Amino acid sequence: MKLSIPEREIMSPGHLACQGCGAALAMRYVLKSLGKRVIYSVPACCWSVIDGPFPYSSIGVPLFHTAFETAAAVASGIKAGLEIQNDEETRVVAWAGDGGTFDIGLQALSGAAERNDDFIYVCYDNEAYMNTGIQRSSATPWGAWTTTTPVKHFKKERKKNIVEILAAHRIPYIATASIAYPEDLIKKVEKIKTIKGTKFLHIISPCPPGWKSPPELSVKLAKLAVQSKIFPIFEIENGIKYKINIHVKKPVSVKEYLKPQGRFKHLTDQDIEHIQQDADAYYEWLLKQEELSNE
Amino acid sequence: MADEKEIKWTGVKDMPPMAVSLGSMRVNKTGNWRNLRPVIDYEKCIYCFICWKFCPEPSIDIEAAQISERVDKKPVINLNYCKGCGICAEECPVKCIEMVKEEI
Amino acid sequence: MRSVIMGNHALSYGAKLSRAQVIAAYPITPQTEVVELLSQLCANGDMKAKFIKVESEHSAMAASMGASATGARAFTATSSQGLALMHEVLHWAAGARLPIVMGNINRAFGPPWSIWTEQNDSIAQRDTGWLQIYASSNQEVLDSIIQSYKVAEKISLPIMVILDAFVLSHTYEVVDIPEQSIVDKYLPPLEMEYKLDWKNPHAFGGLTKPDWYYELRYQIEEAQEQAKKLIVDTGKEFKEMFGREYGLVEEYKMDDAEIVLISSSTIASTLHVVIDELREQGKKVGLLRIRVFRPFPSEELRKILKGRKKVAVIDRNISFGHEGAFFTETKAALFNEKDHPPIFGFIAGLGGRDVTPDVLKDIFNIVETTEWPEKDIYWIGVKL
Repeated sequence: MKLSIPEREIMSPGHLACQGCGAALAMRYVLKSLGKRVIYSVPACCWSVIDGPFPYSSIGVPLFHTAFETAAAVASGIKAGLEIQNDEETRVVAWAGDGGTFDIGLQALSGAAERNDDFIYVCYDNEAYMNTGIQRSSATPWGAWTTTTPVKHFKKERKKNIVEILAAHRIPYIATASIAYPEDLIKKVEKIKTIKGTKFLHIISPCPPGWKSPPELSVKLAKLAVQSKIFPIFEIENGIKYKINIHVKKPVSVKEYLKPQGRFKHLTDQDIEHIQQDADAYYEWLLKQEELSNE
Repeated sequence: MADEKEIKWTGVKDMPPMAVSLGSMRVNKTGNWRNLRPVIDYEKCIYCFICWKFCPEPSIDIEAAQISERVDKKPVINLNYCKGCGICAEECPVKCIEMVKEEI
Repeated sequence: MRSVIMGNHALSYGAKLSRAQVIAAYPITPQTEVVELLSQLCANGDMKAKFIKVESEHSAMAASMGASATGARAFTATSSQGLALMHEVLHWAAGARLPIVMGNINRAFGPPWSIWTEQNDSIAQRDTGWLQIYASSNQEVLDSIIQSYKVAEKISLPIMVILDAFVLSHTYEVVDIPEQSIVDKYLPPLEMEYKLDWKNPHAFGGLTKPDWYYELRYQIEEAQEQAKKLIVDTGKEFKEMFGREYGLVEEYKMDDAEIVLISSSTIASTLHVVIDELREQGKKVGLLRIRVFRPFPSEELRKILKGRKKVAVIDRNISFGHEGAFFTETKAALFNEKDHPPIFGFIAGLGGRDVTPDVLKDIFNIVETTEWPEKDIYWIGVKL
């Protein structure tokens, strides 16, 4: 028997994630790579609930639940606390959703990134405030329905490009990943383990209740997001060296990605064309960045 | 952390001073969330473990089984925890997992 | 070693002598010298500590929590707007039972902008679960930091040591900076039963249902109660080793005092002079300085104020729509006593207005010549 990802499981079942939760898969994969010598800082997000109520936990490693906007700052403190007690080995992870990263936690994240504090920041992105009941965040894509962007006034703003914001901080390593490509995701965590400084990992994590999609399609959607160029898989070293890790040779249309998701069902063909153009343009831009990086 | 241990206190005198976890969520058998139960047809199974790979719980165990000279392990659904999301059936490349309605 | 230092540096030396291991801080007037000196001490190796130069006070407290949760001794300092920004995480630090010690320089809130002293910033944090110590000299500032770690680490709650902007923070006083070896004897290294440790993994602060949340809050209150005796006991131990004693309150010329003036911080220091003067005039007046505001020393107040003729509380803070905070708490402490003296409430010195001996004598005159309070609250020195 040959497995394509590590067999060990750090996270245990019994957790409180919804059926088909992408964020649970993201955690499972990251922990498989990181192992037990790690400490998590988790702000308000789905994982505040998923891990389980006091006095239980499912993550299998130390976890400090913290206030919404503090994931990065708490991680900085944990790392400093460990180092002053002569523990250079234990890794620190800030594990936040898109709201805690793109919105309320952006300041602390920017501060930590500017200081290049030595920890891994993982944003599992389900593209809205799912834990509070599907309200729009700045990670919600153009065109999406949420409870605060009703169908008549669906979100008319583009998804914030968090990766470019982090790139501007010139941190040593930034990568995107998808739960549909665990081998790529785990390879990136393995690479992260060799790098000192602030590392940022952005994982697209489908959310069946929030995306209004069937739970069995979570992996499929995370794959279509990549294959339709909606969520390109790439990495950036030192903020300037781009590398696309999954080249989309035969792209599927964004329509195929959008269609199974109830949150997009109101969109007209014209709307979908708008999304298509935006996705194509960004992918083109990334290709150019990659080309420039190779020069 | 000890697994599957239910933690009981009488009150302040025997509980910790802060909200600190002392046991695993394994105590929480999420199998009772399930409406659909995955059933693996081992005749068709090619033992690729893609179902295991994509299980968000994880509730697919890898168990020892002498299937052939080259295959010595098989995926087994852990019904104590499987929530019935159906990702395994959806992702199975040979469609050997069927989602069967749970009887109430 | 006796040195002439400013209040802010007394905070820094307190943190250094306590062997703080992680400092996460953000600058704000009038606290800046605290972090400037600490960053120098860290940079030149005089302190074995990590200094995280965070991008806000909110992150200062968040980073302090992360460090403290690993079992490291954490210190920070702030003031006014900075403390207000921390408010959310102050609750978190106490709820997580982390023994962080912080210096807060009392400074008035804006608008309008003010950099001068007033207690509204710290008073607004009274319900966070933090202990609050109001110091009235630079020596007490330094000593209180050391004592605070000792108390905080025993009861697993954070402590705020508070001093007046400029009147203490930027005023140079003679301070005895104790020997490190003696401080080490007084304050052993931090040991925590539950901490972030990969070998013994726990999740901290997970969702807690109504079946146990109540008991966790009860335990915070128990710890606050426990702190009352602990502050007195560690204060006595401090005296044995350093020659200076600190408790929950300070009494001055109280033996036969009929009129008692209650205050805190530097208003209380000035009151010493005023009491001396009034005593020379034959007035039976004494000072009761409330040093520890949380936990509030209700029992001590009841004991000390029993049988006195009149009590006046002077507050450098105002709970808008009501009165000064020390006044409220003092009245509440005495309310269930059968015969308690009349209690007068005065507001003075907001936004750094000088509270001079003359101002305090005016207050005494009002109390002396008024049989029972005629107003809910007396504003002293307002230009009407």
